[in-house]
Amino acid sequence: MGNEYRIALAGNPNTGKSTLFNALTGLRQHTGNWAGKTVSLAQGSVEYKNKTFQFIDLPGTYSLFSNSKDEEVARNYIVFEKPDVTLVVLDATSLERNFNLALQVLEMTKNVIICINLIDIAEKQGIEIKERLLTNRLGVPVIKISARNKIGFPLLLDTIDRIVTGAIECQPLVLQYPDEIEEKIRQIEPHVRAIVGDHVSARWVALRLLDGDESLLDEINRLITLKGAS
Amino acid sequence: MVQPKIIKLVDGEKGNIIKITDLQLDGVMRRRLLDLGFIKGAQVEVVRKSPLGDPIAFRVSQTTIALRKEESSKIEGELISNGE
Repeated sequence: MGNEYRIALAGNPNTGKSTLFNALTGLRQHTGNWAGKTVSLAQGSVEYKNKTFQFIDLPGTYSLFSNSKDEEVARNYIVFEKPDVTLVVLDATSLERNFNLALQVLEMTKNVIICINLIDIAEKQGIEIKERLLTNRLGVPVIKISARNKIGFPLLLDTIDRIVTGAIECQPLVLQYPDEIEEKIRQIEPHVRAIVGDHVSARWVALRLLDGDESLLDEINRLITLKGAS
Repeated sequence: MVQPKIIKLVDGEKGNIIKITDLQLDGVMRRRLLDLGFIKGAQVEVVRKSPLGDPIAFRVSQTTIALRKEESSKIEGELISNGE
């Protein structure tokens, strides 16, 4: 069957990723309110318009710069396993904190949907979220949902469908850095592209190299060795 | 015009609100603190100090995070309110 697609769920801890995962897939992946709850990757599928969406629940993290095993697992999945769509689940009541991760994901991969969860609680707190404005600014769909009350699911599934069929093309915002850093990116990026091709964002790898991210280098070396051996 | 008073987070008293101006940290720990919301311009409230003054709990971007003095002594900011 050529119509199976992988959808990864990323987000900060306690944003309701696992609740969304369970509500969508009908599985009973246990959720709990403590750090590092989602350790291994849970998978579950949803049938939609003659397609199978395979959802993968990534560990909840504040960042994807692999300060920990959890972050490394989530990062490697998004960058190297290349899911068809990455859903970033954000807590509507704490967007400032949550957008750190969202912007990191937008630098790593193209097909991203931003799910603003707990929208019912935010509205009770008087928080108004202009999702159309965010969609325009970020270049990817932004959808308000409540995983607990299953609000926004039809739009979410339809948006996933439209991305995998190519009806919508995501054009994630490219974050601009100070001139000095942009100049270095321009120098490094062609060399990176010669090695990783179009498989991984060369700009993102160049940025990580400038930051001295050795765990990423190790992972790329490991994958290149594997590929050479097969 | 009164000069803003610059203090280190480690020297904050319970109830103080401090606007971060500088992080004198590098590498992984700097990145980690930035990820947790200790960024320039962020307002941090001293929530609670341990009996021996270490660690200290801070409220930053709607979450409470405890820091050891090794880190909180390297973050500086303007004292905006002493909570009175």
